[in-house]
Amino acid sequence: MPKRPLPQPTPETREFWEGASRRELRIQRCRGCGRAYWYPRPFCPNCSSKDVEWFTASGKGRLHTYVIVHRAAPGFQDWAPYVIAIVELEEGPHMMSNVVGIEPAPEHLPVGLPLEVTWEQQEDGIALPLFRPAGSTP
Amino acid sequence: MSLRMSAAVVGAAETDSVAVQPDKSEIQLHAEAALNALADAGMSKDDVDGVLCAGQSPVLVAEYLGITPTFIDGTSVGGCSFMLHVRHAAAAIQAGLCKTALITHGQSGRSRVGAGGWGGSRQTLSGQFEEPYGVAGPPTRFTIPILRHMHEYGTTHEQLASVAVATRRWAERNPRAMMRDPITVDDVLQSRMIAYPVHLLECCLVTDGGGALVLVAAERAKDFPKRPVYVLGTGESSEHSMISMMHDFTESRAFKIAGQLAFAEAGIARKDIDHAMFYDAFAHTPMFALEALGFVGKGESGPFFEAMRTAPGGDFPLNTNGGGLSYTHTGMYGMFALQESVRQLRGEAAAQLPDVRTSIAHGVGGMFHAAGTIIFTNDDRA
Ligand SMILES: [Zn+2]
Repeated sequence: MPKRPLPQPTPETREFWEGASRRELRIQRCRGCGRAYWYPRPFCPNCSSKDVEWFTASGKGRLHTYVIVHRAAPGFQDWAPYVIAIVELEEGPHMMSNVVGIEPAPEHLPVGLPLEVTWEQQEDGIALPLFRPAGSTP
Repeated sequence: MSLRMSAAVVGAAETDSVAVQPDKSEIQLHAEAALNALADAGMSKDDVDGVLCAGQSPVLVAEYLGITPTFIDGTSVGGCSFMLHVRHAAAAIQAGLCKTALITHGQSGRSRVGAGGWGGSRQTLSGQFEEPYGVAGPPTRFTIPILRHMHEYGTTHEQLASVAVATRRWAERNPRAMMRDPITVDDVLQSRMIAYPVHLLECCLVTDGGGALVLVAAERAKDFPKRPVYVLGTGESSEHSMISMMHDFTESRAFKIAGQLAFAEAGIARKDIDHAMFYDAFAHTPMFALEALGFVGKGESGPFFEAMRTAPGGDFPLNTNGGGLSYTHTGMYGMFALQESVRQLRGEAAAQLPDVRTSIAHGVGGMFHAAGTIIFTNDDRA
């Protein structure tokens, strides 16, 4: 497991990180225009409505695009090569994450690959949402 | 209100060197470039009343040079900031906020002497939602769109590598370029993998250097020693501050908007462009620019580069100084793209093209975060 720079929640993002510690992928949806969005904000980035709600996303998504990092970030050297991906959640929004549970090689990572969320427990009670190929064993 | 032909570049210069300079601090690189550009314009610092820069504060640049300005712009949105500065300077001159605008760039990107930091807090959005995943600067973030472009348009690794090869051919012709040895597509594909699909030779250099521009109202432009380079069209926009928020990973919205604004203001067609500078932080950025600015259709940039149409002898001379890939890249390279546009329009370039009447300089800020486009001409009747 890499030594990651850990997030510090702000008032707007606390609900997400608290959900994550319970292994729930909490994202927001606008009641005005109906769109789900990411990242957390107390208003809709599409229509500016403040009538927004939190919900637990399915945790399913697809590999939208990615890189396989060979020149690692500090703390990640022993983990390289590793995958930084844009995951397209089933509900629509895009989220950055790592794809784990599969050899980090292009032939195993076709764009469009079905993914599901998995959690990596950190210090300070933080759990980080990562993604693995759908149906693979944790 | 249009900025078309409102202002002109009458002074342009880079630092004495654009390679590795551990003996100079970042603010000194700003000042060296500024003094060189003022000398080029036949002016003194006392002629300057507008100061624009990025990276360092314009207040510090003014103090360091001994200037008391009446117009200050510290727009700092990454490597395209200087395209925005040209646009803002033209607007300020037109509005009477200043008469002589000095735009400076200096960056100790390689040696990090007196350099500004990238310090990110873990409470920022990037600190919460990107940095925990092991992003290591631009090579792991800027490059994320590439595989999506390949997936949707069949763009190949060889086509991506061709951008670096074509750009190096220009650098071979420029004695100031840092990397001048000829390379092949195979050399690029066999160079070290940085972040798949990007190899070392598809990444820009990291250097120290600077550049500066002096702009005045178009009607004053002929009062100075060098051939004036007029501002014909300008554009700017921004899209996101985290790459994960890019709307469509196969195209830059900010590029498209900045380009459309610049062409609309210039009132010319794509075919009227004689010379182009597209910021090349990585091999794919000029591909995205070629498409977003409307020179080819969406997804068509790969074959265009593979055919070497942008290389010496091609019909679309691009990044003729050798680009960020082979000439220099201090961190915010946009100033050097503008400098080469000015040189080509003055007839002073190392790899001078014949009969250049128009040049486009298109910059990216951050990682597809922002964009600025400037179209210049040397034709006072344009
Ligand atoms: Zn809404």
